[in-house]
Amino acid sequence: MSNWIEIAALEDIPRLGARVVKTDTMDVAVFRTRDDQVFALKDACPHKQGPLSQGIVSGTTVTCPMHNWKIDLEKGCALGPDEGCTNVFRTKVENGKVYLAI
Amino acid sequence: MKEKLVLVGNGMAGVRTLEELLKLDPERYEITVFGAEPYPNYNRIMLSPVLAGEKTVDDIILNDRDWYESNGITLHTGDPVVRIDRAARKVITESGLEAGYDRLLLATGSNPFIIPVPGHDKEGVIGFRDIADVNTMLEASKRYQKAVVIGGGLLGLEAANGLMKNGMDVTVVHLMDILMERQLDRPAAELLKQSLEERGMKFLMETQTAEVLGDDRVSGLKFADGSEIEADLVVMAVGIRPNIELAQTAGIHCERGIVVNDTMQTYDPRIYAVGECVQHRGLTYGLVAPLFEQAKVAANHLAQLGFARYEGSVTSTKLKVTGIDLFSAGEFNEQEGDETLVLQDPAAGVYKKLVVRDNRIKGAVLYGDTMDGTWYFQLLRDGTDISAFRSTILFGQHDLGDAGHGDETRVAALSDDAEICGCNGVCKGEIIDAIVTKGLFTLDDVKAHTKAASSCGSCTGLVEAILASTVGDGYDATPSKKPLCGCTEYSHDEVIAGIKEHQLKTMDAVRSFFEWKNPDGCAACRPALNYYLLAYWPGEYHDDPQSRFINERAHGNIQKDGTYSVVPRMFGGLCTPAELRAIADVAEKYNVPEMKVTGGQRIDLFGIKKEDLPAVWKDLSEAGFVSGHAYGKALRTVKTCAGKNWCRFGTQDSTGLGVKLEELTWGSWMPHKFKLAVSGCPRNCAEATIKDFGVVCVDSGYELHVGGNGGIKVRVTDLLCKVETEEEVLEYCGAFIQKYREEAHYLERTAPWVERVGLDYIKQAIVEDEAQRKALYERFKYSQQFAQIDPWKQRAEGEEANEFQPIKITAA
Repeated sequence: MSNWIEIAALEDIPRLGARVVKTDTMDVAVFRTRDDQVFALKDACPHKQGPLSQGIVSGTTVTCPMHNWKIDLEKGCALGPDEGCTNVFRTKVENGKVYLAI
Repeated sequence: MKEKLVLVGNGMAGVRTLEELLKLDPERYEITVFGAEPYPNYNRIMLSPVLAGEKTVDDIILNDRDWYESNGITLHTGDPVVRIDRAARKVITESGLEAGYDRLLLATGSNPFIIPVPGHDKEGVIGFRDIADVNTMLEASKRYQKAVVIGGGLLGLEAANGLMKNGMDVTVVHLMDILMERQLDRPAAELLKQSLEERGMKFLMETQTAEVLGDDRVSGLKFADGSEIEADLVVMAVGIRPNIELAQTAGIHCERGIVVNDTMQTYDPRIYAVGECVQHRGLTYGLVAPLFEQAKVAANHLAQLGFARYEGSVTSTKLKVTGIDLFSAGEFNEQEGDETLVLQDPAAGVYKKLVVRDNRIKGAVLYGDTMDGTWYFQLLRDGTDISAFRSTILFGQHDLGDAGHGDETRVAALSDDAEICGCNGVCKGEIIDAIVTKGLFTLDDVKAHTKAASSCGSCTGLVEAILASTVGDGYDATPSKKPLCGCTEYSHDEVIAGIKEHQLKTMDAVRSFFEWKNPDGCAACRPALNYYLLAYWPGEYHDDPQSRFINERAHGNIQKDGTYSVVPRMFGGLCTPAELRAIADVAEKYNVPEMKVTGGQRIDLFGIKKEDLPAVWKDLSEAGFVSGHAYGKALRTVKTCAGKNWCRFGTQDSTGLGVKLEELTWGSWMPHKFKLAVSGCPRNCAEATIKDFGVVCVDSGYELHVGGNGGIKVRVTDLLCKVETEEEVLEYCGAFIQKYREEAHYLERTAPWVERVGLDYIKQAIVEDEAQRKALYERFKYSQQFAQIDPWKQRAEGEEANEFQPIKITAA
């Protein structure tokens, strides 16, 4: 039941960085890892809704800029000892284009 | 086929080694653990609180059986290993179980020393070592009245205190003339004895036990002088002996303990040993902090990383008797030629002594007020030169560690609902609860689990004190070498030196040279490395925006709602009507909800959306403004007073000098934020003496002050020197900044940096060594060529556009 939407060229998202996708209802953070994997999370940390898109990406985690929670990009959940999860969206990369299922 | 690792001894040192090993290489070994006691790993140093009824056995379990299971570890409890067959590489237990090994780890701990006097084997004569001993004591306290503890050391007094709390009439028999002679000097020992006597404990000093009296069960003791005392229970706490029997019978070289080298390896290369059973460089250790250091090293070698070395430990001691604060470390009895600093307040029950040699702390004894124990211990381990604050050192770290907490320095006296961390609202009770239930031993653990001390850090001293008083000897004091972050074993200083010596010019080069565990680094080390490379290789290293904290990447301060604030630079705090008008226009055009005059004499525009930032900057840039770097670890602002152009007291043109200083220094990236001020006379209206670099003008020239801070921990500057001309002010300022840029640790303000390296060191480099000063100044000016490019103008012209532009889609 998903709707793939083309959002950007892969190179428009910085390596070890993120872009914000604004929909009518919310912001989605789309991350790119060192090895060009792409992940998408709701742009709100489970702790105090900090914008995860503005954090520092390393490996497959992002560190929230507000209070340094570390969020797993695949599962959307905080790494221990913190607890909480944000929403995860599916992504795919085809022919250098990034698609988001929303 | 995985290799087999067998651990003999299911105690704190052994299991800690396994924990460290699992962190490094969880898959390498199939692990089997043998323990003589019927319990999983528990916190042995918490036995005293269990005896005193302050904790239960369940409270002090560190690793429950689920932990072993979920890590795939086979655990055999209540079945001691009785033999090692080194030829067949297997161990054999009392029940006849056998287990083969590729690597063997011995952590057999120690046994209490039982004095071999006649009758020592009677019922009711025990040591104080494990849960079984505690149970024996608790049982005895229900049926008997009189207990005698032999040994007035740490363990003996804790046992005596516990028995007294269980209602027994307790006498402590001690061979020496003062208590705890290995940890205390005479005055502190006298205070302790007095305080324990007030609680009802009795003492027989300089008394030697000759015989245990009684039939099957003990009924009393007879002493060397012929006198006798009644006793229903005798606890011998006169010391421990490394438990080396198993190793010895297997032919492994032992002296007092199992002899190991700096990698914790025994004379049999397949066999490692850690904990109280080992002898390292001639020393044995009975406290837990050194055991944890050993565990880390053993794990490093078991994981075949092969680079860690154990080089011995300096230990400190705290007594776990509720209501008695006592701390000692190092060589607390002065040698000839040592100096001693003493503070004695008998009415308040406070005694503090520091033994000082060549202006370095060699030992400390604190009684009654131990809040500063961790600080003194750190100074001792670091070998810090204390001459700069020697005159006030006995009053403690007041201006360093507990701002906002006033006199609440006696942590033990605080109630459980006392707020310790004001940033995150964490109370003392929550911290203690986390330490106990989660088995925490380090400040970093406590920060991670409770969030206390994890924001501004001003309560760090209090949290450390709570940690130290809760876990006692188990407190893993800040290691003498602190790694830069969790990705590496190397310290800031080692990484800085490596970047310079080995010409490392990219982050990947640094991470591969220093064997980073994580190829991308983490949110702590990436900004640090980015800064170091930028500072060392100006013009060569390309700044990595993805390794910048968001404020520096977006060149604005992120606010709690995700909007940004914008502070244009106003050199020296001056501005023209046209400039003010331009700021007002921008504020109206972009619906800025709030404007504020900052403490640094400029104007802050709040609530700007990220996507509007480049347009805002374009307008400001056209009006002549550059970035104020109010968001960065960078040169912030130069605060000035009116100066002699207007002020009737002014001695020099402080405003004009401020503008020149800001023109010289703006745009420079720093280890942390950096503030300047220039005051036109000693009235100091620009508050120059709480800035990183402050100038106070006087009639005959300029006083230069460094290392001040008006933030979390207020610190007044130190006077660097006095100069006569503005040109000199600029040169000294540039040189000081460059010294700080090249040598301070990332995120270290000038105040702690100056304290760490010492004012003399800085004076030597900047004031006395003219060649060095000029070279530093030249390097600073060179790097400023690349730094003084306005980031706002660049972005207004389209650079890094993706950073500010969201992708807009309409959801179906």
